Amino acid sequence: MLHLLIYLVLHLIYALIVVVVLMSMCAYAVLAERKISSWVQNRVGPNRTQLPILAYIPVVGIMLQRIGFSQPMADGLKFLFKEDVVPGHVKKFYYVLAPCLSLITALVTCTVLPFGLYWAVDPATNQLTEYPLMLANLDIGLLFILAISSLSVYGLVLAGWASNSKYPFLGGIRASAQLISYELAMGVSLLPVFLWASRPGETSGLNLYTIVQSQHGLWLIIWMPISALIFLVSLFAETNRLPFDMAESETDLVGGFHTEYGSFKFGFFFIAEYAHMIVGSAVFVVLFLGGTNFFPYIPDPWPHNYLGAVMTIVWFLAKVVFFVCFFIMIRWTIPRFRYDQVMKLGWNILLPLSVANFLAYLVFFALFPNG
Amino acid sequence: MAKVLERKPLTFWERTYLPQILGGLRITFANIFRRKETLEYPEQRPQLPHGYRGAPTLVKDPNGREKCVSCQLCEFVCPPKAIRITPGEIPFNAPYSHVEKAPKAFDINMLRCIYCGLCEEVCPEEAIFLQDIYSITGTARNQLVHNKEKLYELGGTRPDTQHKWDKKLAAEKAQEAEGGHH
Repeated sequence: MLHLLIYLVLHLIYALIVVVVLMSMCAYAVLAERKISSWVQNRVGPNRTQLPILAYIPVVGIMLQRIGFSQPMADGLKFLFKEDVVPGHVKKFYYVLAPCLSLITALVTCTVLPFGLYWAVDPATNQLTEYPLMLANLDIGLLFILAISSLSVYGLVLAGWASNSKYPFLGGIRASAQLISYELAMGVSLLPVFLWASRPGETSGLNLYTIVQSQHGLWLIIWMPISALIFLVSLFAETNRLPFDMAESETDLVGGFHTEYGSFKFGFFFIAEYAHMIVGSAVFVVLFLGGTNFFPYIPDPWPHNYLGAVMTIVWFLAKVVFFVCFFIMIRWTIPRFRYDQVMKLGWNILLPLSVANFLAYLVFFALFPNG
Repeated sequence: MAKVLERKPLTFWERTYLPQILGGLRITFANIFRRKETLEYPEQRPQLPHGYRGAPTLVKDPNGREKCVSCQLCEFVCPPKAIRITPGEIPFNAPYSHVEKAPKAFDINMLRCIYCGLCEEVCPEEAIFLQDIYSITGTARNQLVHNKEKLYELGGTRPDTQHKWDKKLAAEKAQEAEGGHH
């Protein structure tokens, strides 16, 4: 009984640490977006916030101020202390539920991602074996991610519907149409990855750890490039990120689905968008870019102990950060799509392309079962 | 004659738009390393052009005389009625008594001033000038009404080429020496 309790408490602490790290990465992703966006536009981003203690450290203090290190804390405090107005004409229960749904689905998706490795002595064989650092080592990890990200549509739909007003309604309808269209392409483009992960000889097929393990040699982006491309485009559409920005910007003059939302609830949506972005990049990194592996065919240079474990986490996070920066750069490179162009791209181009891609890999795996 | 533009059909790779996106990414990336256009305000001040119309100020003569004679022309021309003047007399025994008038009180309400410069244009004594002051702050409305002392403090001294009143004094003295008025 006590054993069970300790197990439960330790796992709760583990989950709490992962959530805290993810949320602080979200806050700093907001800062990174503002800073990188401003550099691309030849201006300087937020560079004036200072914490009273840090300001007095001689060289580092000024550097931290100019890089906007305390800006996310200032933003968080602002959202906390602002007056949270609930308009009279909204459906209260769904109005409060919608931002929670958005954030919860983003956070739940990160439970099945292997963000690192650690080495421990296996009691059965008495050898140093590699274990994944994951919150939940589910055998259906990949399917779980697809299922939970489908739930994130509900956040937007409820926000638009519960706001009980024309512009959020339109924004919510358009956003939900866009999201469900691209979910299909995303799922079908991942089927070749499913096939590869459940090749004969693999016991735990859809487990993300086995996909990471199978990328010690060639990374999946190298020999499944079309899948990776379709997944990347669908990821941009799923996170409502430019060029598929219509949910927040096309009805930009009034704000889209989060028009009627005030301080803290708007903060929830805001953070949920960046959490979706980070978790989406993490899924892409795990599936196609080899997760914690160093480079294709180059063995990992870190030792098999605690230092190595930390370095796997750092390398994984470096890849995720690279992807988040890629998201930000694409935002300032490509203009926003028109609504009919988005629908045409999702249904007429990406879906047939992903089905054709799947058929091609089906034939390939039928002929060469082990790749 | 209309010019016909040659539009070549897109190649296969160009139709996927991937090369264009990569080219765009290269431009975006190069822009990060360009010089930033931001003027970081309190540390770097903007370069004000010649003739910049800032806050109106009253100026003094090179001899230290306050040039304003409270003719109230600026008060009457001011479009938002920001200037309020109480004219007064210069007493007989004061050094510049030939000027005869000086303002007892001169208030410019900076919350009304529109920095148009009409007061500077209309002043016959060249006593009021709009100078380089753009950052005017206060914590209460009465702090933003500049009274006479503040205006002279902000104004400083301007070089005077005409010396109008000295010439008038000299002319009066010369007339008196000659034979006085009729």
